[in-house]
Amino acid sequence: MSSPVSSASNTNQVECPECAAPVRFARAPLAGEVTRCGACRAELEVTNLSPLRVELAPEVQEDWGE
Amino acid sequence: MRLALFHSRIRVEERLLLEELTRRDIAHDVIDLREQTFDIHDPGQWTQYDAVIDRCISQTHALAATRVLERFGVLTVNPASTIEACGDKLTTSLLLARDNVPTPRVRVALDEASALSAIEQIGYPCVLKPTTGSWGRLLARVNDRDAAEAVIEHKATLGSVAHSVYYVQEYVDKPQRDLRVFVVGTEAICGITRASSHWITNTARGGQAAPLTITPEIATLSARAARCVAGESGGLLAIDLLECPRRGLLVSEINHTMEFRNSIEPTGVNIPGRMIEWVVAQARALAEVAG
Repeated sequence: MSSPVSSASNTNQVECPECAAPVRFARAPLAGEVTRCGACRAELEVTNLSPLRVELAPEVQEDWGE
Repeated sequence: MRLALFHSRIRVEERLLLEELTRRDIAHDVIDLREQTFDIHDPGQWTQYDAVIDRCISQTHALAATRVLERFGVLTVNPASTIEACGDKLTTSLLLARDNVPTPRVRVALDEASALSAIEQIGYPCVLKPTTGSWGRLLARVNDRDAAEAVIEHKATLGSVAHSVYYVQEYVDKPQRDLRVFVVGTEAICGITRASSHWITNTARGGQAAPLTITPEIATLSARAARCVAGESGGLLAIDLLECPRRGLLVSEINHTMEFRNSIEPTGVNIPGRMIEWVVAQARALAEVAG
């Protein structure tokens, strides 16, 4: 199953693939960086930098942690 | 000097570590483990690194990757043995018990009926924990036999095979907080208290962080715990302590990929900076030995 994807050419802003609200990065995003959509609280992962693209972050797995 | 940082997602912690590397002009590569393949017969690119910092969020993946790199003599921080020791609560408990480090009593069972027996032997209340996992996930305080039977049935029916190992820990009646000590090498560099009205005090579950004074007792106990899982040189570890009203400080868990974003401000300690300094020192020491 493919995850919703959203991309944008604007360097530090992208559309949330879940709710379509704008998601802004205060600093230049890094590949693999995770953030939350301020509107719907979906956890998002940066999957591409140019153009900036985010997808819904993978669900927490059993062995994830500190 | 060239370092690599393994990750599977960039959290605040990874960003802070990368900023410290950049600030020190240390050449480094940021490597997403999900995109890698490893040839176990050929070291390929990996020997270019003086050290690899593991920050992978999956313990299984971190263990696999560090094992491969260690086979080629690459310094990994933390090493596979430490990931293995900390990533499995039973292994951690066994190592602490082996070295007589104060820790809550634990019983282990491998069957539903035996699990019930183990719980009754520990006594109520007690805590059932999955042996893997973090952030306070799937912890169950079991207050009576009814609860025990329900939790066991749920684990047996809904849990993965990992849940067929029933790890039963005594419930420590702590004063609505636990202590988290950040250890670099074997030095307790700082710590926080995590307070909550809930019996689970993880900050991931809403525990409130406040600075902790590192007493000689805390420093000594933390160093002992670090040596249990990481040997004489220690590692980059977060050690969780419980204040037992009867037995004093007990080592509860040890974390090998510690999260520290909420601990820098209350402690005033540059935790990622201290971590990077230690990794660089370890890499330099290894290079000197190698000549």
